Parts: sequence; structure tokens; C-alpha cells
Amino acid sequence: MSKDTYKIEMRDVKKSFGEKKVLDGINIKIKKGESLVIIGGSGSGKSVTLKSILGLVEPDSGSILIDNVETVGANQKNREEFMAQFGMLFQGGALFDSLKIWENIAFGLIHSKKMDRGQAHDIALEKLKQVGLSPQVGNYYPAELSGGMQKRVSLARAIATAPEIIFFDEPTTGLDPIMADVINHLIVDCVKDLGATALSITHDMASARTIADDIAMIYEGKIIWDGPVGDLDDSGNAYVDQFIHGRATGPIAKHAGFAA
Amino acid sequence: MSDITTEQSQNQKKQAGIRLPCIFLLTFQAVGSSIIGFLQTIGRISAFTGRAIKHCFAPPFYPRLILKQFMEIGYYSLPVVGLTTLFTGMVLALQSYTGFTRFNAEGAIAGVVALSVTRELAPVLAGLMVAGRVGASIAAEIGTMRVTEQIDALRTLSVNPFKYLIAPRVIAGTLMLPILVLIGDIIGIYGGYVVSIYDLGFSSGSYITQSWDTLQRMDVLSGLYKAAVFGFIVTVMGCYHGFNSGRGAQGVGMATTYAVVSASILILIFNFVLTQVFFS
Repeated sequence: MSKDTYKIEMRDVKKSFGEKKVLDGINIKIKKGESLVIIGGSGSGKSVTLKSILGLVEPDSGSILIDNVETVGANQKNREEFMAQFGMLFQGGALFDSLKIWENIAFGLIHSKKMDRGQAHDIALEKLKQVGLSPQVGNYYPAELSGGMQKRVSLARAIATAPEIIFFDEPTTGLDPIMADVINHLIVDCVKDLGATALSITHDMASARTIADDIAMIYEGKIIWDGPVGDLDDSGNAYVDQFIHGRATGPIAKHAGFAA
Repeated sequence: MSDITTEQSQNQKKQAGIRLPCIFLLTFQAVGSSIIGFLQTIGRISAFTGRAIKHCFAPPFYPRLILKQFMEIGYYSLPVVGLTTLFTGMVLALQSYTGFTRFNAEGAIAGVVALSVTRELAPVLAGLMVAGRVGASIAAEIGTMRVTEQIDALRTLSVNPFKYLIAPRVIAGTLMLPILVLIGDIIGIYGGYVVSIYDLGFSSGSYITQSWDTLQRMDVLSGLYKAAVFGFIVTVMGCYHGFNSGRGAQGVGMATTYAVVSASILILIFNFVLTQVFFS
């Protein structure tokens, strides 16, 4: 496979916060239209990996390429151009409290794509319908919605600008299993409809198996295994085995110092 | 026995000799790190202020948000500023009367009230009241947005948070505070007038004439210039502390406190500096 087919590529990305080494040489390659899920425990570097690609965290070293264009050290203008092709579903929804639901969804269309408010309103209601919510919800404020509904709205906002790359940060955290499954299937449908490339981080294995084409496991700032989702159960990696089965004992427990 | 005591005494002296430089070093270290920390904070605030000013003048602008902040900072602060200046003018008239009757100088009360309110009391008190009301609110709102990743969300939607969050507030604060102070000047002078006429028995006509004769254009303008600077300080401090808020409820609470305290102190410092510039 030649490198020019990769939509996102991370090469030996390192990041430390003070003494703490969070990313210790991350290497990731995602092809156009593929969905990669990064799994890993809390504090393993998943969120920092995602934020590095989004430009919210500046790596100490290494290279991050979008369509073979370097993004590390990009100026404000170029960064905004990269951002224009991104969509992001935040763990907590990150909906703007002071705006109505339809304004939240239409935010990128109005401010980034400079679309007329009326036209953006219509698209926002369409997206609401796409994520299974009625148009009436558009006039509510985020605080008036349940956690599951907020996640759906956040998904609608992430897809509203028809992005080429969508990031999902713990999309099912805090949801009941049924709502989590609904969100997972919505994510799959929306990504397929747009033909987008997706990068998700989660420690919910049911979610990972539903969303992913490929899975990578991050541990202590390094990718220790990656492969197709079908190979996950036969990874031959003790760390992956322990993580996907949620066992308290194993190499991860030993390293973390809480082995029984 | 005597030898042992001498040895112990010598050891104690040696230890004290070692401890003394250690205490000095630790003291210097503590003072040094405090100074470095203070200078770093000044540097960060200066860089933030520079970025804020740059984004106030560079497009894109968000007129809808600027108008909203005009309402939040200007219109909704009017009752607080109005009441503060009203009672300050009334108290000033009463206190001046008490003092001036000792020197048979009651006639100067109108001028003293007008000058004190326009030059100092209205801008400083309005600045401090707006720091409490608006500075705290800005820091809490932006701090909560930071904690709940709404600022990150803005960036992922290709919107610069400095343009969307900071610039409208700074523009509104700098433009609205002079208007508030101008209204506060009128209300404050009216407060002094009410007390002087209805409580102290002054003649309405002579009070107004005295006030008018004493006041010069520069007295009012200096207060308005000060107000613009104070409005800028309040909004920049609120935005800076909110934008750099720590995680969790405690982080937002701290940001709110720092915003009000730093803005209040800076208002008092800049009031002195500006008074020197205008009147010395």
C-alpha cells in the first residue's frame, strides 16, 4: 500500500506534560473511508492522541499528516483549513449552553461555511431527523435534554458540515446499554452516508466492535497492537486479551501495581 | 563531663552555622521563585491582552455577539451603577456639609459633589461594581466553557475563540463603561442635589448654577476615559482568568475570584496613574 492513500498518518509522535510522558512514539495510519478505533485504559494517551491530530495539543516531536500534508506547526490559517474538514463528537457533548439546539448544529455551517441562517436552520433540522430527534427539539436549549439526546445532537453537529474526517471521543460514555447501541449504529450509518474517515477512542468494547474496521490498542503512550476488528480476539497479545476481557489480573495490572 | 558539654556545645554551634546559610538560601529561593512566577504571570497576561486587542480590530467580527454583550455589560449593569452613584452622591453631600459648616464654606458643596463624582467616584465605583458583576460572570462562563470542552469545540468548528468569545466582550466593556459612567455622573450629582435641597435646605437654582460653573469639560471627559480603561481591564481580566481556568468546579471558582480581585486592584492602580496623567 503506498503512503499517498492514507487520510491520516501519525509518525513517531511524542508528547510529555512536565515529567509525564503521555505519547511515546505513536504511529497510526488510516486509509480514506476507514474507521479506526483506538482502545486503551484511562490515562493511556487516547485523548491526547486525538487532540494532537485536531491541533488542540501541540506534539513535542513527530509528524501528523492529513492527506499527506504536515499539520504540526501549521499556522492559524492552514489550521483552520484542516479544521474545516473535521467533525468532532466530544465525550461530554460540548454543546454551547447559550445557543438553541438548532443553532448548535448549524454553528459550523453559519460561522465556518458562511451559510445563510435560514438555510442552515433547515439543514440542522434535517440532521436532527437523521439522528432520530424531532424538529421541535431544535428550539430547546442543551440543558433541557437528556444525556442520550445531547449525544445525538452532538453527533448531528459533528456531521452537519459533511466533514471528510470525523473524530469520536468516548461516544458512549455515560449512556445506558440500549442508548449506547443506538449511538453506535447512528455513528456507523452517518460515517457510511458521508463516506468519511473516522477515528474513535473508547474503552467500551461493544462500541469498538460495532464502529471499527480496524482497532489499535494504546498502552503507556505506544500502540502495542493494531489490526482488523475481526482479529481482535486472536491478537496473541496478552495486554489486548486482558483489556478486551476486562480482567483485573494480567500484565496491565502488574505494570499499574494493582495486581492481586 | 565538662568535655562532653563543650563538645555538645561545639556541635550545636556547627549545626547552627550550617542551618543559617540554609535558611537564607531557602528564603532567597522562595522570594526568587515568587518573583519569577509573578513576572511569568505578567508576561502571560500581556500576551493575552495583545492577542485580545489584535482580534478586536481584525475581521471577522460578530456584531450579534457584540450587541448581546452591550446588553449584558451595559444595560444590565445600569441598576447597580445607578444605585451606587446615587447613594454616593447623597452621602458625599451630607459629609461635605458636616465638614464645610465648620469653615462656613457650605457654598462649595455643589462643586465638590460634582467634581468628586465626575472625576473619581463614578468611574472608580462603577468600575469596581462592574468588576464584581460582569468580571465574575465572564470568568465563570468562559471557565465553564473551558472545563466542558466548549472552547475546544469552537476550534474544531473552525471558529477562533478569541474572536468569538474574547473580542465581543472586550469591545462591549470598553465602549459601555463610559456610557454607564456618564449616566452615573448625572445620577450621582442628582443624589447630591436631592440631599442638599430637601434635607439641607439649599436653593435649587444656586445649587445647579454652582455645579454647572464648577464643572469643566475635562472633569467629565477624564472620568469617561478612565471608565473606558476600567471597562477594558474588567473584561480582559475576566476573559483571561476564565480562558485559563483550572479543571473542575474549584478551578472555575478560583478563576472567578482572581478575575474580580485582579480587576479591582488594577482599577485602583490605573486610577492613580490616569489621575497623574490628567491632572498633575
